[in-house]
Amino acid sequence: MSVSESTNGPVSITTKDACVDFPIFDARSRSLKKTVMGLVGGNIDSAAKVPVIAALRDVTLSLDHGARVGLVGHNGAGKSTLLRLLSGIYEPTRGVATIRGRVAPVFDLGVGMDPEISGLENIMVRGLFLGMTRKQMQERVDDIADFTELGDFLRMPLRTYSTGMRVRLALGVVTSIDPEILLLDEGIGAVDAAFLEKSKQRLVELVARSGLLVFASHSDEFLRELCDTAIWMEHGQIKQQGELDEVLRAYKGQHA
Amino acid sequence: MTALAQPDARPWRKAVDDLAGGWRQRQLWGHLGWQDIRQRYRRSLLGPIWITISMAVTAVALGILYAGLFGIELATLLPHVLVGFVVWNFISGCIAEGSEVFIANEGLIKHLPAPLSVHVYRLVWRQLLFFAHNFIVYLVMLLVFPQPLRWTVLAVIPAVVLLALNGAWVALAVGIITTRFRDIVPITQSVVQLMFFMTPIVWIYENLLNSDNPAIAERARLAEFNPFLHFLEIIRRPLLGQDQHLRHWVVVLAITVVGWALTMVVMRRYRSRVSYWV
Repeated sequence: MSVSESTNGPVSITTKDACVDFPIFDARSRSLKKTVMGLVGGNIDSAAKVPVIAALRDVTLSLDHGARVGLVGHNGAGKSTLLRLLSGIYEPTRGVATIRGRVAPVFDLGVGMDPEISGLENIMVRGLFLGMTRKQMQERVDDIADFTELGDFLRMPLRTYSTGMRVRLALGVVTSIDPEILLLDEGIGAVDAAFLEKSKQRLVELVARSGLLVFASHSDEFLRELCDTAIWMEHGQIKQQGELDEVLRAYKGQHA
Repeated sequence: MTALAQPDARPWRKAVDDLAGGWRQRQLWGHLGWQDIRQRYRRSLLGPIWITISMAVTAVALGILYAGLFGIELATLLPHVLVGFVVWNFISGCIAEGSEVFIANEGLIKHLPAPLSVHVYRLVWRQLLFFAHNFIVYLVMLLVFPQPLRWTVLAVIPAVVLLALNGAWVALAVGIITTRFRDIVPITQSVVQLMFFMTPIVWIYENLLNSDNPAIAERARLAEFNPFLHFLEIIRRPLLGQDQHLRHWVVVLAITVVGWALTMVVMRRYRSRVSYWV
């Protein structure tokens, strides 16, 4: 894994000509039989070859400490894949990606949450997943409990929660950590307006604490609040990179 | 593909880093492994003890059955079967769950950048906790059928360590291969089931070896080729106060070294592909 452990030095992400190619195994090409038959029967090229989707092509970027980068682009343009490349989940199939610093990816608020255990226990588990220690999480539990306003519900199993309550809990944990590299994917919704205002404040504070932010979103308002530069993704490639306003204008201009 | 850039300049180093990085996250997998166990306690009075009980019932029933079939004293066969079951449950758990370790954790692998080994450590840790639960059966058995235990019983500690080390490489290697070739999952599980019968768990290997019938004795010798036999022997013999044979330890040590070496080759080559495959 190219993700180094918690470093005290400056955080950074650099990639050079990084490509992410997904092999698409359908039921046939995925099976051993097919591979073995392919080898035995000759004709390896067409029979054993797996179709590939080039999700990212030749991504070259360099992000340093203090970077606040917004990620814009259509659905399927490669925003989420780029975030996964930057987090180290996908190592580039070609090219290089070097990540310095501890990454806290927030792509899906629900991941790592267990419906059978209580809210309090989920806070601990989710925190550990985000690279915190038990001790750090124990210190933060009260703060998170206050923020979520869930009260005694925190002792109930998560399966008794409504969707909105789950989002509150997840947001509470996510915004309580001290990330070196924060990677945010959109999809922070389903909370009532008053709570959204409250979490926005925490989100801003979280971003201020983090050394490096990459934020994928369709919301101009959110992007303007959290980012100063932007990357426009299209067809798995970086189409434009620069000042947020400039990129947004170009991106929107293309629509108009 | 033109101008092929080297994606991994130090693939060995990264494979080792994965194992070491995963080890550093023991708080995470330690907690998750515990949680997997506690999950079974929830909404059930006995929790994981149920697994222990069902194992004990099966082992006792089979012990009685085979004691009758083979004409062996129950006091001899039952302890043999019980300890065999406890060890076998660990082995089969590591292999069977190992075959799905990455497939089952797809969500986590795609959303959180953790070393692959975290999922494997969690699995082995969980199996060790089950092992500890099942060990209760052995302790109860000691009350009913006291064994001539000597200080050699301490050999069980390194034996369990070796068992866990092997569980880890097996789960890692099998997990990576099955993530790519999903057909191997059912194959693995069938093979594990088959090996239960091929391994001297409900039958006593040495009795067959010393059989009057030379054909049986000849065939029993083949059991030596079964790697699981050696793992069972290094644990079962000290626990039942029997003399130990050096060759079982040598075989187990050799399997540990060779297995880890092969697994590191697989890790070096395919570790970074797992998140693409799941």
